[in-house]
Amino acid sequence: MKGMTLIVKTMTALLIGFILLFGAYVILTGHLSPGGGFAGGVICAAGLLLVVLAFGADIVRERMGHRMALLWETLGAIGFLAIAALGFITGTFFAHFVRHGAGFRLFTGGSILYSNLAIGLKVAAGLFGAFLMLAAFRETERTDRGEDGGD
Amino acid sequence: MLHAVLPFVLCLVLFIIGLYAISVKKNLIKVIVGVIIIHNSVNLFLVLIGYRVPATGSAIAPIITPQMGRDAMDVRELLSHSVDPVPQALVLTSIVIGLAVVALMVVMALRLHQKYGTFDLTEISKLKG
Amino acid sequence: MSETLLILYGVICFMLVAALVAVETRDLLSSVLCLGAVGFGLAVVDLIVGAPDLALTQVVVEIFAVVLLIRTVVAREDTTREFIRDTPHVAAMGAMIMGILIGAYVCFQQLTPFGDPPMVMGASYMRAAEEAGATNLVTAVLLDFRAYDTLGEATVIFAAIMGCYALLRTRGRKEEHEGHDADS
Repeated sequence: MKGMTLIVKTMTALLIGFILLFGAYVILTGHLSPGGGFAGGVICAAGLLLVVLAFGADIVRERMGHRMALLWETLGAIGFLAIAALGFITGTFFAHFVRHGAGFRLFTGGSILYSNLAIGLKVAAGLFGAFLMLAAFRETERTDRGEDGGD
Repeated sequence: MLHAVLPFVLCLVLFIIGLYAISVKKNLIKVIVGVIIIHNSVNLFLVLIGYRVPATGSAIAPIITPQMGRDAMDVRELLSHSVDPVPQALVLTSIVIGLAVVALMVVMALRLHQKYGTFDLTEISKLKG
Repeated sequence: MSETLLILYGVICFMLVAALVAVETRDLLSSVLCLGAVGFGLAVVDLIVGAPDLALTQVVVEIFAVVLLIRTVVAREDTTREFIRDTPHVAAMGAMIMGILIGAYVCFQQLTPFGDPPMVMGASYMRAAEEAGATNLVTAVLLDFRAYDTLGEATVIFAAIMGCYALLRTRGRKEEHEGHDADS
């Protein structure tokens, strides 16, 4: 698969930074405004999906293969568990291990911010990896049938 | 009385449409479509259960804004006007799980298509490997 | 009957029509696109009933799901004959729908009326919002008051993604251990 036309590639190269920035914003301010780890993670995954569709899976796989995506997803899951386990410092499982106080600033709400980061990483990497595997699968299927790639 | 249950009845109709697709259609993609419609109908039902028509004014989202009070965390307006946050929190995770399950179903359908060359369920059950 | 309720009913009816078209059309691509319409209708309902978190998530998830499904159905033809109308099948369908309708009637007797939830836990979570420290109550419920639930959901997502990886392995066991004839 060679990817799409030049117009799509140029626009993707321009927009992908903003999409990932918006995803990071939604993850980071999940405890203050609408959003959170799940929504922001899916936004980041959708941005990476745009890159896969526009440039083709091969170019993306050179930078970040599905094994790397699996590694990041596992890191996110373990990070969430670790944040939960850090609650033993002050009390029980899932207790806040830091006390930021409450308010409308970024560093408020105890461990919620870090949990959001871990969940966002996990969701983004997991969905992106699954889609990358799916793209690779379509390619092998095409070559099996002897067709030429190119949607 | 009618408005007390009518939105839930519409959710039920959506659920039955999805169930119809699952039980009658013989195409794997149509079955996946039915599962997603059922998923959407259940999410819709849970969101509607948490909705509240306050005595005065209109309902607001369960988010505290700085305009609500002088001190940092004023929840009085939230208590009188906000919708229920608990079903929303449950549905939020359910939506993302639905996406992961859709990916899993699509992958299974593609594997079946690779093995049997068709999405037709009757053909697949006839061929049996 | 207020304006909000009218808009709500309109959007839900739009979802119903889109779902019917998605189920009944012969073209798989149209079916998938109408499914996307159902999801976007759900996002609009979320906005109307005061759930911006859900609307945000639903829009992006729907885009992702529709792209996945389009990549699956594109260049594939629908050749099914879905007109099996023998008597046992129709009878089973009728019995199932009657059962669901009777169960729904009983449930609707017990259901709290629309627009007036009891909000027992919701109100107590709101009073304890300062303790959690998050101004977004949905995130506070998700990651503080009911964090065990979120841990379970994260596990389910992990399992589903692992299933995708396991089903999509292009390099099979046969290639890795050359000589052993894998029977799967």
